[in-house]
Amino acid sequence: MAFGQSQILKGISARFERGKTNLIIGQSGAGKTVLLKVLVGLLKPVEGKVLYDGQDVTYLTHKELRTVRMSVGMLFQGSALFDFMTVEENIRFPLDMFTNWTRKEKLDRVNYCLERVNLEQVNEKFPSEVSGGMQKRVGIARSIVLKPKFLFCDEPNSGLDPKTSMLIDDLIQSITRENNITTVINTHDMNSVMEIGENIILLHNGEIAWQGSASEVLDSKNDYLQEFIFASPFLQRLRKAALDQGLSGKV
Amino acid sequence: MFSGVIQIFTDFGHWILLMRQALQRPERWSMYWKETVRQMYDIGIGSLIIVALISIFMGAVAAVQFAYQLSGQLIPIWYIGYIVRDLAILESAPTITCLVLAGKVGSNMAAELGGMRQKEHIDAMEIMGVNTAGYLIMPKIIAAVVVIPLLVFVSAFVAMIGGFLASVPTGVMTAAEYSRGLLAFYEPYNIFIMSVKSVVFAFILTAVATYQGFNVKIGSIELGKASTQAVVVSNILILLADYIIALLMTA
Repeated sequence: MAFGQSQILKGISARFERGKTNLIIGQSGAGKTVLLKVLVGLLKPVEGKVLYDGQDVTYLTHKELRTVRMSVGMLFQGSALFDFMTVEENIRFPLDMFTNWTRKEKLDRVNYCLERVNLEQVNEKFPSEVSGGMQKRVGIARSIVLKPKFLFCDEPNSGLDPKTSMLIDDLIQSITRENNITTVINTHDMNSVMEIGENIILLHNGEIAWQGSASEVLDSKNDYLQEFIFASPFLQRLRKAALDQGLSGKV
Repeated sequence: MFSGVIQIFTDFGHWILLMRQALQRPERWSMYWKETVRQMYDIGIGSLIIVALISIFMGAVAAVQFAYQLSGQLIPIWYIGYIVRDLAILESAPTITCLVLAGKVGSNMAAELGGMRQKEHIDAMEIMGVNTAGYLIMPKIIAAVVVIPLLVFVSAFVAMIGGFLASVPTGVMTAAEYSRGLLAFYEPYNIFIMSVKSVVFAFILTAVATYQGFNVKIGSIELGKASTQAVVVSNILILLADYIIALLMTA
């Protein structure tokens, strides 16, 4: 993947597993967002392929890509809720656009999705009238309303307090398992990495620097991974204490 | 200079591609219709007061200035009604109204779409599988092409009322003289010219504004730039089209 002369992603080869939370991590500027945009088809790579269940979607036309996208849900960093629509209208939008369901069927599905993300009494509110954490949950509800097979999340924890951040992580992981979805999360939240990272890809300068699961992070000998995950002195002390006591796996 | 010309052709090529994408079959007609009606309301009702205000002054100023120019000459005073009518129908109602609407409606459309692009709303729709160019641009163009000619008719009518208010109560002429002027040398073909102008100008102002807004880059400066560019470019194109239509239809 390149923009003009500047190459952003180099030799990326990765497989994201179904029913698991796949994480793309890395420093700012490592190429996480570009990789996610390539995966969802918002950017076309200079070379290489993106396969969804074996189907090459890289160079599909706009029209062909739209059919594939019916099975894709995405949660954006800023939630990307349409501010001229209420919460209910936001979640109902894909149903209005792509299904022939009755009004009641749509409403039932919207309410189910809202309940699933633990939101009540917000149907008639506008996005600006709910908190950042609630906006993220509405975003999740909208992204699962069409029962997607693939869920992409761009920095789902950004701008959230640790407690809300954990709630969002739990929600994404449980929805992934419940519906056997292939979930790809782009994050630099270390708590998410250690809590829900079932398949982690660490990007560094546009290349994969390390790949593994959360349980393998602590024991890894990859210097860049250790430097990145345990960047703060507090986490470094925590890791040292864990290793001194012979603990491995999740910290 | 040379790069400027290249840029014009590049933009024109991109605009053609965007329009091609926008003209694809809608995913759901009812959703496009709903959006078109919303746009019609925004453009029509939202602009009615400003159009009425500028038109009343356009008519009044035309009447006062022609009264000044005709004073002491052999041309009958009732000619003012005739001049106000034809000036409104042929030039001021379609051209000045559309120039004002390019500032009001055009900049609003560019800012709305630019904001949606920056807040990832357009990407969100794209990932849902929506033909964003179709859903966000076509309803605006159709609404403008339907509603703006109606506003131009209102403008022409109100301008004639403006002329009446500036000349009859002030004693420049009697109501009978003014209405004699309004009915004199009436040429229905002029209404046709006004309709053609208003449809062409409406298309220009929305096509330019939506293109500028849809392709906005990240950053608040870019949003302002796109909005300004939409107004400047559409004003120039409207005046150019005005000249070409006048040449073709009155030669």
